[in-house]
Amino acid sequence: MERLLSFESDHLRATELRLGLPGSDKPSVRPKNNKRASSEISQESKSNSCASNAGNDDERDSAPPAKVQVVGWPPIRSYRKNTLQVQAKTSESELCRGMYVKVSMDGAPYLRKIDLKVYTCYPELLNALENMFQLTIGKYSEREGYNGSDYAPTYEDKDGDWMLVGDVPWGMFITTCKRLRIMRGSEAKGLACV
Amino acid sequence: MSEDDDRSPPLDLRCGAAPSINRARNCSGEAVSGSGSSTSSSIPASVPVTVTEYQSQYPDQVLEIVLENVLQFLTSRRDRNAASLVCKSWWRAEALTRSELFIGNCYAVSPDRARGRFRRVRSVVLKGKPRFADFNLMPPDWGAHFGPWVCVLANAYPWLEKVYLKRMSITDDDLALLAESFSGFKELTLVCCEGFGTCGLAFIASKCRQLRVLDLIETEVTDDEVDWISLFPEGETCLESLIFDCVDCAINFEALEKLVARSPFLRKLRLNRHVSIRQLYRLMVRAPQLTHLGTGKYGPSEVAQRQGDTEPDYIAAFAACKSLVCLSGFREITPDYLSAIYPVCANLTSLNFSYATITADQLKPVICNCHKLQIFWALDSICDEGLQAVAATCKELRELRVFPMNAQEDVEGPVSEVGLQAISEGCRKLQSILYFCQRMTNAAVIAMSSNCLELEVFRLCIMGRHRPDHATGEPMDEGFGAIVRNCRKLTRLAVSGLLTDRAFGYIGKYGKLIRTLSVAFAGDSDMGLKYVLEGCPKLQKLEIRDSPFGDAALRSGLHHYYNMRFLWMSSCRLTRQGCQEIAQAMPRLVVEVIRSDDEEETDNYVETLYMYRSLEGPRHDAPKFVTILR
Repeated sequence: MERLLSFESDHLRATELRLGLPGSDKPSVRPKNNKRASSEISQESKSNSCASNAGNDDERDSAPPAKVQVVGWPPIRSYRKNTLQVQAKTSESELCRGMYVKVSMDGAPYLRKIDLKVYTCYPELLNALENMFQLTIGKYSEREGYNGSDYAPTYEDKDGDWMLVGDVPWGMFITTCKRLRIMRGSEAKGLACV
Repeated sequence: MSEDDDRSPPLDLRCGAAPSINRARNCSGEAVSGSGSSTSSSIPASVPVTVTEYQSQYPDQVLEIVLENVLQFLTSRRDRNAASLVCKSWWRAEALTRSELFIGNCYAVSPDRARGRFRRVRSVVLKGKPRFADFNLMPPDWGAHFGPWVCVLANAYPWLEKVYLKRMSITDDDLALLAESFSGFKELTLVCCEGFGTCGLAFIASKCRQLRVLDLIETEVTDDEVDWISLFPEGETCLESLIFDCVDCAINFEALEKLVARSPFLRKLRLNRHVSIRQLYRLMVRAPQLTHLGTGKYGPSEVAQRQGDTEPDYIAAFAACKSLVCLSGFREITPDYLSAIYPVCANLTSLNFSYATITADQLKPVICNCHKLQIFWALDSICDEGLQAVAATCKELRELRVFPMNAQEDVEGPVSEVGLQAISEGCRKLQSILYFCQRMTNAAVIAMSSNCLELEVFRLCIMGRHRPDHATGEPMDEGFGAIVRNCRKLTRLAVSGLLTDRAFGYIGKYGKLIRTLSVAFAGDSDMGLKYVLEGCPKLQKLEIRDSPFGDAALRSGLHHYYNMRFLWMSSCRLTRQGCQEIAQAMPRLVVEVIRSDDEEETDNYVETLYMYRSLEGPRHDAPKFVTILR
């Protein structure tokens, strides 16, 4: 009844992120979403709907089946779609370029740059900084900052203020961080006490 | 900025259509030329006529003369249609005094027939393809050609001033003929059209010396690499509106700048994305009198980032535009530059961010100043949070459109019932809403139905097909039911999500003013469509796709199809036989069965049915994939 266009499913499988050893083809079993293209099955979907909606959030992680797209749905004019696609490509290429921020370290002759998008949490970032500059940063504590180490990582946020790395949730951090500075422990103590 | 607005644009009634009152008539109503020129239409109504002249003629003629003078003041075409049905002389008088011709379906009537009835037309509105053609549901080259019309118009109405075309197929030659044929041509508006290129625009620019309005809205224009901007006449122009944001071709900026500089009446200017923000600055400086501005690319070019280049004072440029009420564009936006528009926010009545991928945080500092805003279009990148900010400030909001950044089905949506609820509570004067989302609840829709009693247009698109209420798992029947029940002014409705026949029962029972209804992936059985066809007396345009309605349902509308502009049904359960029955029962209905190009008609079901009333019978320009049933 409907005209269906199939996605490049092989392409998708090749680039997907999965839990599992590389080389293992079987995806982890997830409740499949009963998305069906025909309107005949609306009766069934009523009962399945709760389960399938719950499964929605997980769906992205499991191996996507050959996705079908229905012609003309959702009803957006191609003019608008194309315009946004052009814009998305420009910003996508920016995304591919990554979220590079400058990193300065007190006493170092030149600055470095790292891509924040590569990391998913603070420990990863701090680890990377430690490797890059051959130093130890130590553990973060809310009360004492990075006490017990020679250096403390700080960042400049979009308001121009210098903040201690680790205070805000990671997601907020990567959107507000403009540059990083690894301060000497002695200077950093002032920051933590505030 | 009215996307898909099916009301005709506001047009002035020209006084030039005043009939000559010196014309005498005999008792059978035939017009006989009397003293004074009977063909001239420029004699004003206040020219005195001697009493003796009147007394010697039949009293009917006095009434006719009075009628013609009174009818001049009727502008609404619906009023005129009603007046023309009173009697033959009213019909005649109305035909002579109608200057705005509105044709909602270019195939419903032939150009010759239109010309034959209306002799003094100054403005024409023509609409062609049905709306679902916008979504690739109709193969290209289906029809709706402007060619046959422009030929007849050129001969019949030398004083034609305005042409408004929607979803028509236009060629460069058509535009050339248009440009050559009407010396006083003033306004050309093309919405969702295609088939021509910058070549055609060049004709218009160079030949229409009185041109005031050239508006191209969501129209496809091929790049013929013609510098049409530089072809506008030298010297001061009459230009009041120049909208070309959809013309995706490079522009000769120097020529544009000079054009703007010599157009003192220019009020509306919408640029395409090839105009940079620096260039925008130069234009704004030359045209601070603008009321409507559409920016081009709203972000720095690589050039600007060279060291030593100071950026122009964009804030000052916006501040200088004291009359600015409508802003749009913002393509490829760099959000940092948004602060430049702060000076105009307080006066804005219309803001279109629907091409701007901005977040809630980027929206808030702008929207919190927009107290007078009535029309707001945005991308769902602003999230529910952004909508809450809109609801908090924009108490005068009449129209809201939220478009998806990511038009797919199985993705997380950034807007939801939360945003809809917030808008319903904050924007009580809302009249029109178009809302794309991934999930919705009946509760939010019901809330909107009770909070926004002024709603005339409610279009909700839950992008996942058959998706039920997110919270309860129920169908969306009750939500839409509440809308039709509570919103007494509702004339346009688009439904989505999981819907049973019950929803259609509500629509049929309560939707007594509905003129346009859009249905997709909804309903259980024929009853759904029956409820609507039997219950909605004002229904004009019904477009349905992928719903289980069949021949029996189709039959239930036989009493109503002549009152409708069209019915579209694609991927439903109609058989060729069922459609044939309708065609045979209703001779004035054109019943088109449309196949997609490469498909053979193997399936028992008709892929697309498009039927419309027409005085002309089957059209002669139907392509091969269209079969007209008799």
